[in-house]
Amino acid sequence: MPIKVLIPTPLRPYAGKQSTIEVTAQTVGEALNDLVAQHPDLRKHLFSEDGKLRSFVNVYLNDEDIRYLAKDDTPAKETDTITIVPSVAGGQ
Amino acid sequence: MALTIPNALYHQLREHGEATYPHECCGVLVGEFGETGEKSVKAVVPCGNTRIDSLANRYHIDPAELVRVQREAMLAGRDIVGFYHSHPDHPARWSTTDLSEAHWIGCSYVITSVENGHAVLTNSFQLLGPEENKRFEDEHVEVVEQ
Repeated sequence: MPIKVLIPTPLRPYAGKQSTIEVTAQTVGEALNDLVAQHPDLRKHLFSEDGKLRSFVNVYLNDEDIRYLAKDDTPAKETDTITIVPSVAGGQ
Repeated sequence: MALTIPNALYHQLREHGEATYPHECCGVLVGEFGETGEKSVKAVVPCGNTRIDSLANRYHIDPAELVRVQREAMLAGRDIVGFYHSHPDHPARWSTTDLSEAHWIGCSYVITSVENGHAVLTNSFQLLGPEENKRFEDEHVEVVEQ
């Protein structure tokens, strides 16, 4: 059974207009690699040129920010949900 | 393009700005996208402002809250269609900070000016992309009875 990745509205045009994409992986890094393999147009919206997650892109495994887990090496299992959320901030 | 919002929700987000004055409020607009990109707000979700270092002129929504809101919206067959925040004693226009920190292309960014604790103007701006060349465009806010 694959892992679900929830796609935020601004990235759906690059993901076949889908809100949820299923990937096969053992870690979050593998899940993201499978995601961009399925939808190559997503790559530049998720990763900078050096291959790191863009600074404003947050990736959560269930309710946890992967930056505070093992980042790309965070283990993922079939019942997990990965959520991608761009940051929301600003001010006058 | 237009953002349609029921009267009660419109007042809810404006009152949030009054309640947090002189600090900025912030929250998420949950609703539906129309076939041509227009948005209809079905729920307003107030969020906490995590910018405790600069509450009067900055806002930041905890990504963990966004994850929760997005998940619950999708379970209800809805989407995040935009965000709102207030500008205490400052015009209801987007700032360079608002633009540089905005990343939800296609979504609405609603700003309410709050003067001396009272909500004055509420304007909406649609974020257009791509990220490298993004810009805000004025967006009509249509307040409806229901």
